[in-house]
Amino acid sequence: MFYRESGQLKSSYISDQAMFPIAQDRWFVIGVLALAFLVVPFVINEYWANAILLPFLVYALAALGLNILTGYCGQVSLGTGAFMAVGAYASFKLVGFFPEANFLIVLALSGVVTAAVGMIFGLPSLRIKGFYLAVATLAAQFFLVWMFNKVGWFYDYNLTGMITVRPIDFFGIQITGPEATPAAKYLFTLTVVAVLALSAKNIVRGRVGREWMAIRDMDIAAELIGIRPLQAKLSAFAVSSFYIGVAGALYFAVYLGSVEPVEAFDINQSFYVLFIIIIGGLGSVLGAFLGSAFIVLIPILLKNIMVGGMGFGSGMAGHVEILLMGMLIIFFLIVEPHGLARLWQIAKEKLRLWPFPH
Amino acid sequence: MAFDIFLLEVIISGLMTGVMYALVALGFVLIFKASGIFNFAQGVMALFAALALYDFLAEDGWFFAVFGFTLPVWLAIPATGLIMVVLAWVIERTVLRFMVKQNEIILFMATIGLAFVLEGLGDILFGSDVKPLDIGIPQGASDWLLDSFNLYIEQLEIFAAGTAAVLVVILAIFFQRTRIGRALRAVADDHQAALSVGVSLDKIWVIVWSVSGMVALVAGIMWGSKSGVQFSLSLIALKALPVLILGGFTSVPGAIVGGLIIGVGEKLAEVYIGPMVGGAIENWFAYMLALVFLLFRPQGLFGERIIERV
Amino acid sequence: MNLRKLTGAAVAAVLALPMFASGANAYELVIPTLDYRTGPYAPNGIPVANGFTDYLNMLNERDGGINGVKIKHVDCETGYNTKKGVECYEKIKNTSPSGALAIQPLSTGITYQLIPKASVDEVPIFSMGYGRTSAANGKVFPWVFNFPATYWSQATALVQYIADQEGGFDALKGKKIYLVYHNSAYGKEPIRTLEAMADKFGYEFRGLPVDHPGQEQKATWLQIRKEKPDWVLMWGWGVMNQVAIKEAASIRFPMDHFIGVWWSGSENDVMPAGDAADGYLSGAFHAPGGGFPVHDDIRKHVYDKGLGKGDRDRIGEVLYNRGTVAAMWTTEAIRKAMEIHGTKEVTGKHVRDGFEALDVDEARLEELGLGGFTYPVKITCENHEGPGKVAVQQWDAKAKQWNIVSKFYEPLRDITGPLIEADSAAYAAENNVTPRDC
Repeated sequence: MFYRESGQLKSSYISDQAMFPIAQDRWFVIGVLALAFLVVPFVINEYWANAILLPFLVYALAALGLNILTGYCGQVSLGTGAFMAVGAYASFKLVGFFPEANFLIVLALSGVVTAAVGMIFGLPSLRIKGFYLAVATLAAQFFLVWMFNKVGWFYDYNLTGMITVRPIDFFGIQITGPEATPAAKYLFTLTVVAVLALSAKNIVRGRVGREWMAIRDMDIAAELIGIRPLQAKLSAFAVSSFYIGVAGALYFAVYLGSVEPVEAFDINQSFYVLFIIIIGGLGSVLGAFLGSAFIVLIPILLKNIMVGGMGFGSGMAGHVEILLMGMLIIFFLIVEPHGLARLWQIAKEKLRLWPFPH
Repeated sequence: MAFDIFLLEVIISGLMTGVMYALVALGFVLIFKASGIFNFAQGVMALFAALALYDFLAEDGWFFAVFGFTLPVWLAIPATGLIMVVLAWVIERTVLRFMVKQNEIILFMATIGLAFVLEGLGDILFGSDVKPLDIGIPQGASDWLLDSFNLYIEQLEIFAAGTAAVLVVILAIFFQRTRIGRALRAVADDHQAALSVGVSLDKIWVIVWSVSGMVALVAGIMWGSKSGVQFSLSLIALKALPVLILGGFTSVPGAIVGGLIIGVGEKLAEVYIGPMVGGAIENWFAYMLALVFLLFRPQGLFGERIIERV
Repeated sequence: MNLRKLTGAAVAAVLALPMFASGANAYELVIPTLDYRTGPYAPNGIPVANGFTDYLNMLNERDGGINGVKIKHVDCETGYNTKKGVECYEKIKNTSPSGALAIQPLSTGITYQLIPKASVDEVPIFSMGYGRTSAANGKVFPWVFNFPATYWSQATALVQYIADQEGGFDALKGKKIYLVYHNSAYGKEPIRTLEAMADKFGYEFRGLPVDHPGQEQKATWLQIRKEKPDWVLMWGWGVMNQVAIKEAASIRFPMDHFIGVWWSGSENDVMPAGDAADGYLSGAFHAPGGGFPVHDDIRKHVYDKGLGKGDRDRIGEVLYNRGTVAAMWTTEAIRKAMEIHGTKEVTGKHVRDGFEALDVDEARLEELGLGGFTYPVKITCENHEGPGKVAVQQWDAKAKQWNIVSKFYEPLRDITGPLIEADSAAYAAENNVTPRDC
């Protein structure tokens, strides 16, 4: 009863094409953004920033990128970890070359570099598809990580191969390094993620997004009606890699501060982001956020309940946490195979009638 | 002359390592063939099987605690096989039954959840220490070969190669000659058609997952004897991936041949090309090799699925 | 106010004090560990964590804590994973009442993460024998301590041992010394030092990387079989150690020419190879074995009361003792901090001073029940590495025990010194750290 669009009439093309045509949706999103921007920075503390909100945002961005490629365009990619590495190392080198540059520009350039690399590794998608395309991306995954570990130029020839971010300030406020306040890091990341997420929503609604979805659903038919597979697929790889590269740069510079490629960007990372989009819902911008919340936050929640609340030993809590995560994943997949985003959609559908029975 | 022997050693070692990979890949192939699911949990199943086997054999396990005696090897292995059958039945009832017509990628994710469950369960039940597994397989290099010909081959891997050969023969007979095998092939071709001629999908899946579980047990025994039963064992599944890609996801001989090719390719690359670029190229070389094969033959060497070219 | 009333008030006040001290807000010393009981490195992480926890529990049970203040041990599971390490650190660094007094990341990767944060959060990092080697330079890293020896000192000590075995440094010319290393920041640590020494002493050095987790090392050991180096050093962790030792035994590489770092020399690593591992060597800075008085105390006060973390018969394993000695130095630093600052309610800042003024000599080791267990350690402002001495221990497969078989070598500071200077200067430049005066 409350969630109905009756009475919401559009009188201009612009309002008809709005991203959130239903007023309740609009207010909800504005409310969430207001909460995130205006309330959270004042109540945030270091634990919440460094351990909960930053990983959630960074992984949501990476999941957004992968969702564009796999969810909207149907090209399976298992190279997410390596592309995040490209973004991270690009930002590291750029800050090294231009220490005074604005970090937003560094992020954008890192994204562009990753987009270029992504397009190169996306070329095999023009010949093969499905699970077999994943192989090409896997080759990219292992090769790029090996390269970053081996070639000294990438890590400035330091002794151990670990790269550490230097303290960078953004118009006078520190956003990386230990002096950065949690609120500063959080707000910076939130701004980047919010802007990119809204852009993503617009892209997938537009012509390019529709081309991607056509390729995903029926690629031969799409080619017949005039969509050029080369352009569509490469643009998917490019945009997706841009997002993933920016996520990687944020992961390195703002969230962790110091990474080594074999641990931070290996195949497990690729699987991790893939899990996020599968659980969250393929082909959905909201799904990236819901999946990230699920996969990143639930283990922490479980651990805190078990160790803090129930007094488990940390080792046993670790084992039980793995077990419970597995069971939760299976449970959600049985209940709603299309992901949490679909569950959200169903909930909204039911809200249209609630509290009436029919 | 010494150089030739060394090359021979590298090739033979590569073949042996390949067989070890192939053992893991076999489990994947069986499940993919019959249900179209890429079972990410295969590595963890191998670990779980090895843990269960250790429990039957060792005095610090549950079996001993409950029953007061440990089983001899020839009883423990079938007992573990039985455990894997029970596990397959449980998996079918709790997971597979509800995911009958889902998208491949959703099924894949479900097996990931399964992998986590088995890993957590294994840790809780059996602990995360290293457990040495010794069921009598000879360890170390073959002394006779080393002394007579200066040829270094590990005995355990010879044993594994023999076991793999026997396993392939048994599986071939199973699939070609028995009724259940035929039913499995029918299900692999077309679920609906198989259902319509009266093949019970549930039973088939339990059978397939059990057989795959037993193959996982063999793989777990080999790898566990080599380096102890511990979590890293489950990571071998990642090494089996290029094998599957090269050999085809649905072919038993493909898994073996793919394993051999990947094993040899990896070792040759690491020993001869590796030093020039700093080493540790094994991992990505295996995938590059698989990729090159794919560009010429997308379904893998022996695979059945036709890959659509765009 | 007459004298009697005054005395009465004073007596009443004194009698009332214990009621306040034993109230629910009694001060506790929070000592956290970041350990891993899950994941691929669990088999090695578990005994270290057990040794550490048991020592702390023993102090609580036997002595009532440190100078009467109870220790509150907090552990957090990282799985050797950097993300979880950060989460654990953020969670426990402010644990009341004292806040974390010292952090033991037990992982080189996590240590690198935490080094910049430690100075801001005022928590000293005790990365005993691992982590960032150049943190030995106390002027640039006032909050990081990596005594009693760093990886670079150990590399020089191992080469000195090899020189002794070969008959002097001149005999090293033309010999081949290879390094099998875990392909990560941890494994790469000694490479530059070993290369510098190769230049100086004339041996041929080659590094053979092994990817995580190191379950498959055929190619590496085939190359070793072909090239027949005279000595092989290993910087491994977890399953990589076991597999390497087994492979070395298989190719009949002489075990007494195979030396592992002190993280590659524990019972876990050598047992799977059985008798074939006899003679394998590794670095050490403390004694193996469970026969010291402190172990008896642990058995009596902790295990007999059922508070033991691990198995009773694993007390005294190499990695268990590693945990024990780490706990010992941490608690001694806390004791020193209480002494320097004259208070029992110490915080991380005080404990940092305690670490920097640490001086645990032979006599003190005897008092602690660890006489002869390790060498005396004295830390100064500029040298956070301490003595840097390393000995070599050998595995006796028949008796199933480790024995120290060499003297404690002094590190070659003319080699490690300039490297430490250069690396710490680079860190200082990148992070705008002004080296302090000492």
